[in-house]
Amino acid sequence: MIVAERKPFSEILSMVEDYSRILVVGCGSCVTICMAGGEEEVKILSSQLRLAFKKNKKDIEVEEAMALRQCDDEYMNNPELINKVKKADIVISMACGIGVQHATAFFNRIITDKPIKIVPGLNTTFMGANLDVGVWEERCVGCGDCVLEKTGGICPITRCAKSLLNGPCGGSSNGKCEINKETDCAWHLIIERLEALGELDRIKPIEMYKDWRPSHDGGPRKIIREDMRI
Amino acid sequence: MKSGSNLERLLEKGEFVVTGELGPPKGTDVDVVKKKASMLKGNVDAVNITDNQTAIVRMSSIAAAKVLIDEGLEPNMQMVARDRNRIAMMSDLFGANALGIRNMLCLSGDHQTFGNHPEAKNVFDIDSIQMIYMVKTMRDEHKVICGDEIEGDFKMFIGAACNPFADPFRYRVHRLAKKVEAGVDFIQTQCIYDMKRFKEFMKQVVDMGLHEKCKILAGVTPLKSVGMARYMAANVSGIIIPEEMIARLKGAGKGNVATEGIKILCEQMQELKETEGIAGIHLMAIEWEHRVPEIMEMAGFLPRPKP
Amino acid sequence: MTEFEPKIIAFCCHYCALAAADVAGKTGLQFSPNIRIIRVLCTGKIEVPHLLKAFESGADGVVVISCKFGECYFKEGNFRAQKKVERAQSLLQEAGLKPERLLFDFVPGPGAKKFVDILNGMTERVRSLGPNPSVH
Repeated sequence: MIVAERKPFSEILSMVEDYSRILVVGCGSCVTICMAGGEEEVKILSSQLRLAFKKNKKDIEVEEAMALRQCDDEYMNNPELINKVKKADIVISMACGIGVQHATAFFNRIITDKPIKIVPGLNTTFMGANLDVGVWEERCVGCGDCVLEKTGGICPITRCAKSLLNGPCGGSSNGKCEINKETDCAWHLIIERLEALGELDRIKPIEMYKDWRPSHDGGPRKIIREDMRI
Repeated sequence: MKSGSNLERLLEKGEFVVTGELGPPKGTDVDVVKKKASMLKGNVDAVNITDNQTAIVRMSSIAAAKVLIDEGLEPNMQMVARDRNRIAMMSDLFGANALGIRNMLCLSGDHQTFGNHPEAKNVFDIDSIQMIYMVKTMRDEHKVICGDEIEGDFKMFIGAACNPFADPFRYRVHRLAKKVEAGVDFIQTQCIYDMKRFKEFMKQVVDMGLHEKCKILAGVTPLKSVGMARYMAANVSGIIIPEEMIARLKGAGKGNVATEGIKILCEQMQELKETEGIAGIHLMAIEWEHRVPEIMEMAGFLPRPKP
Repeated sequence: MTEFEPKIIAFCCHYCALAAADVAGKTGLQFSPNIRIIRVLCTGKIEVPHLLKAFESGADGVVVISCKFGECYFKEGNFRAQKKVERAQSLLQEAGLKPERLLFDFVPGPGAKKFVDILNGMTERVRSLGPNPSVH
């Protein structure tokens, strides 16, 4: 899933302090699961904003709302939510960067009498797995050309700090990466896994230059599935 | 001859070579390069010029290598994959070749988190093994990666690093084999202190016949103080310093530690010379360039063979 | 001028703090009448938004009283409550409120004396902090 974390309160406050009607919109998918932008986090941010504004004697309205997925028109196209957005001077989206952008496009298309300003309440950090309660770790950079079949299900592009395709480098020590002792050496894990599978020979041939075009380096990416389009 | 470099010629002749190392200044001061070069001149056969080592910004290795050529020494230009994509690498290699640089070392590079610009974006478009293959293709097939012909000559003696002290130990020799397969001509190893582990590694190398396919230069660095030894053992990944060695340094007593460090180094150099599969020494003095003549003399490695 | 009487919300665990309140009532131990007690089945059920909402709704101080560590009826509810209180304290601080307005404490079994001491101590603490700046 997409993992995010909330921006510092002072940064959010500085984005919205010149407005008087604020709407905080959470997202019910990835960021709810990683506890960064779900219903509870919307309540918390809204409470904080109200407390801070009242303390500064500012008469400001903070409304709360949810959309199941801010990255999809279908889940934002509801009259109650659209109405709340219309009434607001500024909207804080508690979705990932995708949600913030998609909500901006969506509401500015649906609401035509005034421009809608949407600001991010979260920093979108990575695509990762939930390892334990309150622990997430990056697993995929979305390079567009998966190599996991060759590397025992461990991604060297994402999990090696140097994205080596022919690792491990000389900085691998006791299974840890040279950048810090908390980070596993991806290539150490790959070698152990392949040994267990009896497939170490898979990484003995040289892995040739990677074509980075399917990755972001080829420009913003887009997929069109003709079979899904009527 | 692949490159016509002095280093290549000596290794082909079967001479036991010694390469030195020179870190360019953190600025434009050419005199720093010249001064270090003067200490190394005549004492080593070629000199590695580091490429922003430990990710600290320094004069480019190409420029410093050219200064070295003008001073009458032969450079071994290091190039890291951290800061350049394949386009910049090939372009810089053309430039280096045009300036007379004939030896290079293909490296991944220390991660930028170690350096003075940890907020920088890294590149790592290709890795060190792919870099070796790229340079070999440029030299032997006269083509850049995409297949376009290179205009003019391209000559290069291709080196790479090898760290027998990194993990997992059992895989290190296989990674070296990949570098050989990619087309490396010579290897310089990480600093050796743990001779037992190094010999174990070299046995694997010899068993696989890798020493016959590339020349292996054993890396050494003098231990200047007990503090330095302890720091390196604890903080530099891929460096193992046996406790006995640290104890021996300590035992030398105040004022004698540096001399003892040099003594240990000279003994190591002699031992490495006798080790099967070793074609030379890579002496990384690390800001002790002024002591290189003394070390080389004491180790019995002078005079150097004529170019 | 009359002295400031702080409004305090006390989230109390049913199994310990509430029992302590009963004993306090029966034995005539007194605490400030401005304290509102909210009974929870376990303090672990209190969520961070509840704590912030209490301040938004006019509380000058909030206290969460749970069982002693190791004595939670639901094993780890009090540990969870403590973590949530700590988080809410830092959130309050970000919003400009003193984190000391929110307190986590515990009472053993029906420890009526300790219970009353906590509440009276909280009253004194909040009285010196003054009214909730986000309300008054």
